[in-house]
Amino acid sequence: MEISCKKQGGRVVAKLSGELDHHSAPQAREALSRAMHKEPAAVLVLDMAGVTFMDSSGIGVILGRLKELQRTGGSLTILNPSAQMKKILKMAGLGDLIG
Amino acid sequence: MQNSMTLRFSALSENESFARAAAGAFLARLDPTMGELAEIKTAVSEAVTNAIVHGYGGDGTRFVELTVSIEGRVAVVSVSDEGKGIADVAKAREPFFTTEPGTERSGMGFTVMEAFMDTLEVSSQQGRGTTVTMSRAIAGK
Repeated sequence: MEISCKKQGGRVVAKLSGELDHHSAPQAREALSRAMHKEPAAVLVLDMAGVTFMDSSGIGVILGRLKELQRTGGSLTILNPSAQMKKILKMAGLGDLIG
Repeated sequence: MQNSMTLRFSALSENESFARAAAGAFLARLDPTMGELAEIKTAVSEAVTNAIVHGYGGDGTRFVELTVSIEGRVAVVSVSDEGKGIADVAKAREPFFTTEPGTERSGMGFTVMEAFMDTLEVSSQQGRGTTVTMSRAIAGK
């Protein structure tokens, strides 16, 4: 799993690539939390175009970041999820985050 | 005639991707759509992760067994561990249920397996282990 983060205006845009599963989730969690603390922004955008696989461990990572953001009134948007990812996101009640 | 394969591998998280890739490669002969394959691989990943995390509590010296069978146009997947077992299977299958609420586990594993497969059976005995068996008919391309 590779993650590159860039601040664009009031948003942090994180481009994820590779597989997001239980094995890679800790790395993803740490990279995203670090980026959010280094470049505080009201909106975190997760660009999933490069993610080739995601299971429910990815939901845990996304929910965790969403809770962090909501504590300070922030929000999270998910871009370019695959059809399989969209189904999992909707199952978890996160379909509204898809931008 | 039934065609099947069995893998036995260490209960290490780095083997999750290997397990789902192996299942996908074995089932490729059914010529599944990309969507069918992605969903079966996701269900395999969920079951293997449960075995590693909940069955063995991350003890990588233990082993997980994955069997994939082809019965006509139906893919049958079985994931077994000899770990601690599930105290209440019905409860464990509820959406968002997790035994570790303080962590970032979504509790969606069984929900995803149920959604992506046609059938799901969970057999578990405390102190003896758990076997998850699931199947899905492959429409193909």
